[in-house]
Amino acid sequence: MHKATFEQRPKRVALFVTCMVDMLYPGVGIASCELLEKNDIEVIFPEEQTCCGQPAFNAGYRDEARKLARRFLAIFGPLVENGEVDAVVAPSGSCATMTSHFFEQIFLESQETELAHQAERLASVTFELTEFLVDVLGLSSTGAQLQGKATYHPCCHLYRELGVDEQPRQLLDGVEGLEVVDLPHADDCCGFGGLFAIKNSGISAAMGRAKARNAEQSGADAIVLCDVSCMTHINGILSREGVACRAHHIAEVLNEHLGSTLRQQSQPEPAQADHPRRWGD
Amino acid sequence: MQVNIHAPYKDRVKQALNDPNLRVAVSNATDRMTNARLDAMGAVEGEQLRSQVRKMKEHVLSNWPDYLEQLETNLTRNGCTVHWAEGIDDAQAIVRDIALQNSADLVVKAKSMATEEIHLNHALEDAGLRVVETDLGEYIIQLADEPPSHIVAPVIHKRLEEIAEVFQNKLDMPPTREPTKMTSLARARLRQEFFAAGMGVSGCNFAIAETGTICIVTNEGNGRMVSSMPPVYVAVMGIEKLVPTVEDAYLQLQALCRSATGQKLTVYCSMTSGPRQEGDVDGPEQVHVVLLDNGRSRMLARGYGEALLCIRCGACLNACPVYQEIGGHAYGGTYNGPIGAVITPALAPEIGQFKDLPHATSLCGACREACPVKIDLPRLLLDLRSDLVQEGAAPKSEAWGIKSYASLMSSRRTYENLGKMASIGSNLYAGMSGGNIKLMPPPLNGWTAYRDFAPFAKKSFRQWWRQRKKLQGQT
Repeated sequence: MHKATFEQRPKRVALFVTCMVDMLYPGVGIASCELLEKNDIEVIFPEEQTCCGQPAFNAGYRDEARKLARRFLAIFGPLVENGEVDAVVAPSGSCATMTSHFFEQIFLESQETELAHQAERLASVTFELTEFLVDVLGLSSTGAQLQGKATYHPCCHLYRELGVDEQPRQLLDGVEGLEVVDLPHADDCCGFGGLFAIKNSGISAAMGRAKARNAEQSGADAIVLCDVSCMTHINGILSREGVACRAHHIAEVLNEHLGSTLRQQSQPEPAQADHPRRWGD
Repeated sequence: MQVNIHAPYKDRVKQALNDPNLRVAVSNATDRMTNARLDAMGAVEGEQLRSQVRKMKEHVLSNWPDYLEQLETNLTRNGCTVHWAEGIDDAQAIVRDIALQNSADLVVKAKSMATEEIHLNHALEDAGLRVVETDLGEYIIQLADEPPSHIVAPVIHKRLEEIAEVFQNKLDMPPTREPTKMTSLARARLRQEFFAAGMGVSGCNFAIAETGTICIVTNEGNGRMVSSMPPVYVAVMGIEKLVPTVEDAYLQLQALCRSATGQKLTVYCSMTSGPRQEGDVDGPEQVHVVLLDNGRSRMLARGYGEALLCIRCGACLNACPVYQEIGGHAYGGTYNGPIGAVITPALAPEIGQFKDLPHATSLCGACREACPVKIDLPRLLLDLRSDLVQEGAAPKSEAWGIKSYASLMSSRRTYENLGKMASIGSNLYAGMSGGNIKLMPPPLNGWTAYRDFAPFAKKSFRQWWRQRKKLQGQT
């Protein structure tokens, strides 16, 4: 993936907030927005945006994925092409992978070369949040403070598709007061995998429990990560298993949304029944 | 509890997940092999090696017919008999006929995935022959009447205690849990089988086209015995397992050993270039090579040629978190793990025969990272999912669900209204069950069977954005 190099520091970006952040975790979007603004980046939120189509692509429905990809390109493409924004920033490695890696692929496949080119151009200025903060703005710390012990989980798309790993770790290390401990088997998938979590829920949950065991073993009060989809899965497992530790999106850590300490935050919930619950039980 | 490989996919997975010993056995072994691989690949220019092997294998595939012809010519010149087998039935018949013509009542075998693929043992047994697996792991699972559950470590799913039990029951071994004693017993038994065998059968790790040489790698020397002691030797080889030159063979050997077991080199690398010549003191009188297609050319034609680069090292299985949870038998085919999830459907007459396998992955990419030939397994799995949809093999309800989702998401207004409804509904529901949603209707019950779900936000990001804009406009 060819990434654009900026001759001048970017001034304005379009926030691709992702549908999950929009509807489920607005705090992550607010934190992302504020982090950018604090660093003198003007944020534009194109309100027409909905979902990038990843669930359809992931499940094998390429026509449906292309339908949403065309829509996405029609919203974000002109902003970049007309110079209204310098870059597109998303607080998600997974959705950024969809728009910056898979869009081009699915349009090449359908031989819509113009759209494939547009996707490629958009991809070159699309960044995951921490990637943008570190690689483009040159940040090593956001100046945040947080007491407690955290560990970092590299989400698969971010780590293996985008190759972004040092950036979030560096920003996390820059949080004053935060002790960052190693997560055993950190780069093992948490088991989310989109439709996989529903279709193969037993395997997915077993992988999630392995992640929960490793998180417990790390002794951390919080797992920090860059994707709310994996966060939803991990927290769903931790809550069901009665483990006190919780996963948090890095934007909320970097923008001090979690208060002054992690420890007071994480109150253990009562342990739930161990056996899986089923509809109709 | 053992996984019944003939059960439906969902049952196999359930059986595997309900066996706590399986996870421990598999994840301990795969962790060990992964660490060994990382050390061994790290000790050389691992990245460079991967690129070189991939390039070499790509070159072979783009000149596939030429190299196959060259191999056939050179094998024939060396005195081997070359057979072409299109599918399972042909391949079984070829090997069975060779055995029957030579009155070989006892067949000894070295570990081979290609012969697993054609169910050779059963075919030979049905013809009244006795077949003995001579790789220790394969020997154990043959005694236990199970298929291998890993490409290079066939008995990875069994713990020592279980193996001891098999030996006690089948070989009348006195109770012991000492691996050395158990191995010695197997060795003594197998030695007699080698002496008595009329035919040896192996697979082929790779064949060298320029010299007409069959190469098999083992750590126990059983490959050497199988290929040199009985009067007849048969190698069954998938037609993609070709390298052009001796130099390329060395390259592949490095990548294979380092990626499979983390060894610089396996203990034995047995190379056979033909039957015993006049004046030779040992070696088989006949050497047969069965070139097996069994879906490989179909796989290339279907657009899954990249999977033909595979050198069967098993590194992707070891790296795969799904494989670690369920082991190999849950996949239900000859090949398992990520590569099995790709080639089992891609080799089959219809992809839809194995429609569960392309979904048996979270697409995390650990397999691609481990692969010594850099096969983009996640992309191939995604392509298979797309082909399943194209062929109409996906469930109707799923197709309806995805199509509806794509239409609903195509309108901002609908998206926002749905979001508001979901917010109100999920918060009401969550409020009744203590803050988190613990039960949802099908198909989402797949989620809540094992995990809680937090309700939608009361105020979406876009609502916050609009309010803020309004406030800013006022000041």
